[in-house]
Amino acid sequence: MGVGARLPRKEDRRFLRGEGEYVANIRIHGMLDVAFVRSPMAHAKIRGIRKFPGVFTSEDLKGVQPIRASSSLKGFKSSDQPVLAAGKVRQVGELVAMCVAATRAEAEDLADQVELDLEELPAVVDMIEARINPPALVHDEWGDNVFLESLVDDDLSELKRNAAVTVKRSIRTARQHMSPMEGRGVVCEWNRRLDQLVMYSAAQMPHLNRAGLAECLGIDQGSIRVIAPDVGGGFGYKGILLPEEVCLAWLCRKLGRPVRWIEDRREQLSANANCREHHYDITLYADAKGKILGIDCEATVDSGAYSSYPFSACLEGAQVSSILPGPYKMDRYRCRTWSMATNKAPILPYRGVARTGVCFALELMVDAAARELKIEPHEMRLANLVQPGEMPYTNITNKHFDSGDYPEAVRRAARMIDVEKIRKLQKEHPASVRKIGVGFAIFCEQAAHGTSVYHGWGIPMVPGHEQCAARLSPDGVLELRIGAHSHGQGMETTMAQVAHTVLGVDPENVRLVHGDTATTPYSTGTWGSRSMVMSGGAVAAACDVIAGRVKAIAAKLLEVSSQDLILSDGFAVVAGTDKKMSLAEVAHVWYRKPQLLPADVDPAGLEATAGYKAKVDTGTFSYACHATTVAVDTETGHVEILDYVIVEDGGTLVNPMIVDGQVFGGAAQGIGTALYEEMPFDEQGQPLATTLADYLLPSATEVPSIRIDHIETPSPHTRFGQKGIGEGGAIAPPAAIANAVNDALAPLGVEITESPLTPRRIVEAIMKARV
Amino acid sequence: MKACAFEYERPRNVESALRLLSTENSKILAGGQSLGPMLNLRVVQPALLVDLRGIEELKSVKDEKDSVTLGACVTHAQIEDGRLPDPTRGFMREVAANIAYRAVRNRGTIGGSLAHADPAADWPSALSVLGATVLIAGPGGRHEIPIEKFLTGLFETALKTGDILVAIRVPKLSARARVGYWKFCRKAGEFAQAIGAALDDPERGVARAVIGATRGAPHILADAKALFAKPEKQALLHAVDGAGLAADAYNRQLHAVALRRAIEKLAA
Ligand SMILES: Cc1cc2nc3c(=O)[nH]c(=O)nc-3n(C[C@H](O)[C@H](O)[C@H](O)COP(=O)(O)OP(=O)(O)OC[C@H]3O[C@@H](n4cnc5c(N)ncnc54)[C@H](O)[C@@H]3O)c2cc1C
Repeated sequence: MGVGARLPRKEDRRFLRGEGEYVANIRIHGMLDVAFVRSPMAHAKIRGIRKFPGVFTSEDLKGVQPIRASSSLKGFKSSDQPVLAAGKVRQVGELVAMCVAATRAEAEDLADQVELDLEELPAVVDMIEARINPPALVHDEWGDNVFLESLVDDDLSELKRNAAVTVKRSIRTARQHMSPMEGRGVVCEWNRRLDQLVMYSAAQMPHLNRAGLAECLGIDQGSIRVIAPDVGGGFGYKGILLPEEVCLAWLCRKLGRPVRWIEDRREQLSANANCREHHYDITLYADAKGKILGIDCEATVDSGAYSSYPFSACLEGAQVSSILPGPYKMDRYRCRTWSMATNKAPILPYRGVARTGVCFALELMVDAAARELKIEPHEMRLANLVQPGEMPYTNITNKHFDSGDYPEAVRRAARMIDVEKIRKLQKEHPASVRKIGVGFAIFCEQAAHGTSVYHGWGIPMVPGHEQCAARLSPDGVLELRIGAHSHGQGMETTMAQVAHTVLGVDPENVRLVHGDTATTPYSTGTWGSRSMVMSGGAVAAACDVIAGRVKAIAAKLLEVSSQDLILSDGFAVVAGTDKKMSLAEVAHVWYRKPQLLPADVDPAGLEATAGYKAKVDTGTFSYACHATTVAVDTETGHVEILDYVIVEDGGTLVNPMIVDGQVFGGAAQGIGTALYEEMPFDEQGQPLATTLADYLLPSATEVPSIRIDHIETPSPHTRFGQKGIGEGGAIAPPAAIANAVNDALAPLGVEITESPLTPRRIVEAIMKARV
Repeated sequence: MKACAFEYERPRNVESALRLLSTENSKILAGGQSLGPMLNLRVVQPALLVDLRGIEELKSVKDEKDSVTLGACVTHAQIEDGRLPDPTRGFMREVAANIAYRAVRNRGTIGGSLAHADPAADWPSALSVLGATVLIAGPGGRHEIPIEKFLTGLFETALKTGDILVAIRVPKLSARARVGYWKFCRKAGEFAQAIGAALDDPERGVARAVIGATRGAPHILADAKALFAKPEKQALLHAVDGAGLAADAYNRQLHAVALRRAIEKLAA
């Protein structure tokens, strides 16, 4: 039942019965509904807004500060994101006015009547054009459209002269969306007794929503309580402070009535949950045996119109330059990045953050080089990966890989996918319109990285120590309060497993309290694959304290020394005997029969708050090798995934079943990135996929049965050896699938370097290769 | 997005439905699988919705010697499940089974699909290749027209304001008839990007092919005998160009492939 067990998820009892409670389930007497008037244009001057009672614009929101997420990185240009547009709109879907009525439909009726007088300006739509030939300035006062430029410099002149192979490519990943099943949603009311704003929000980092709200509203954090009820997926999107949240917070106080806004899919697609748009001009140098000598890269990230809170506009760009070398060794590395402002929705961190694009770029380059050198792609990887004997290893960008056997992951994946069989199949029907290919991708994923990594960015959020407040209740039930928040990770189960391992308490007798700033310790929340390491570490630390105190009490009552006691199966047992006392009995004595307590008992009792931070907080590095076999219909461009394997190392797996679930779910999203998901824009900056009829998500039929194999190399830095693995599944699929498609199409001389690999892109590339 | 406020009526027979439809800005509701999203996006803002699903006549099926007549409100799921007489010996079941997802099929109707006339939808192409007839009731009485006259363009039909599509009559295939249907969708359940359909029924002297998911009504090749015999690339592309799909190279190829694969199914 403890760390390592495939314990069924406790929370599934309510989720599988449809009994979860989400923001949209909350009803408060007298609640009003809000609909927003959003900008129909990507870039325009606001000349006027004709409004009615029940409609609020920026001039009404006096004293409300714009959302500002600055970064202390040198040269960063700050953008103020007004919660309701003032003066100018900078993206389609930007909030212009807030309309309130008894129902959402009536609020939308109001919104329909609001007249906007906009003077359209040229829109900055393409990130490369934004830099080289900008049609306009997104933020006039900047003088250009560059949020931030960075350079990791190196001297590559020798490589340019001597490298046996030089492979150059332009690689692009589409702008896409995070698509949690549940969108964002906010219910706000002002509690007069406590003089406190109570906000229910679909949030994965409620304490940071509170911090951001306090800054915008100019009130102290204690006068805000953020409650995140059940959250139906987040993927990073629900870590962002939305202008909608600030608007509603202001409105409920203004009206003295509870208000709510539930995001619909159209708002989410056209205005909010954008992510992932990268461009790379990249050169890889290798020797004749396939050893990577160095990489030279110019990367551009389309950051959209604003720097969003708290991750800022440059999380992606800054990540790109530091993680591009991946799990490989190389001696030379140069990378310039630009984070560009455009008239599109702010780019937000999505599961895997910059890594999915980076892995796509790097792994396509490895395959391109392997093809040129005529070596098997997996062999090329084996020749360049950090070796297990070199662990812990500090790579060229100063990342401290903690542990693992990267080459073994590749070897196992190659065996599972059976490269030789595929090579044979490929030779059998050379003329077939259906071409088969195999592709690999490997990455390592820094997770649960803390203060030492984040402080340099000076963004509004630097994670420090993580706390857990634990209480053994009078009936022996253990309550754990943590500031992180589960939005699908199964933390009610895994934290209970940790408690079981330390305290012997039955997971059934553990209650996790989370998602409420009033009742939980401060935390930056659940992001960056950090909760199992950080909150798990904190839970263990708090349980350690409780364990000591339980033992002290039980020792007195059992008349033994506390050193002789072990905690197991809900009992304090005298080692080697059958003398024991249940945790419930100990708790009963503490709360109800204090006359029996030892004189020197710790007065802090059965409640304890303890904190945790890994001694080395540069992060755990989980890693995985994905391999896939695909069949490409060269006439239609359809890609069928025939087989998909993942060899993954997440260190000690607290609950392998939950880990598998995380990997499956992530891989499904990665398949979306690889083949389906794309938000195109027209020249005026209009988003063109504003409903799920146009924005394609993979569904059950598009996701194959994925085979997972685990390597378990404990991290030397964490409590149980666990590593963060929440994001990994979503990182490698675009690279693995693109490599497989390119392997299949290689006989036709076709190579695709843009995701998603849509049927149109594939067929057009084939047509182009033919002429 | 939420729909605008509207009135709702559920009449019991075609006559009262016609009367209700004579009021201004009224709109027919069948399965709601196309209309629902349009209402929510406020693309349509009717004052009155007339729900046809309370009308028995529109849910009934008539099995006659040479044809089967399906009421407009028969759902895709009813056809899929094979609980109705099938004039096409399984072909219509197969078409129905591949429309969208089961949840959509449970509500979506064959009449609604035809009336909506989305070129990417299945029934317009499938019923065109079958040579169906459309039965219409209007303020001026009832009449029927062949499907190729009914489907007139992109989301356009011969229905006039106040008309109800009452039923669809599908001729029975003869014993040796063969039908082929092939569509390309980005993923299962999505609308098609290209449709090819072919019917070879020598006993009835029919060799018809359809290029569907065009920018207008399905393109019908009334005599496709030569193409069936030799579905060669140039001939296929020529047919596709005839359907007005020459401009975009990818689309052109996709439609030619769909047509060829439908024809290949005739032999299977
Ligand atoms: C997610 C999704 C995927 C889909 N995928 C496919 C697909 O792959 N293939 C496919 O073919 N379809 C697909 N559809 C459409 C589906 O088949 C619809 O059911 C169908 O197009 C419309 O039928 P309905 O009964 O729902 O009509 P409604 O939505 O109720 O009405 C559609 C229109 O037709 C009018 N109308 C309806 N009935 C009549 C009548 N008897 N007389 C006159 N006018 C009438 C209405 O006024 C309205 O304008 C999909 C729908 C969804 C939601």
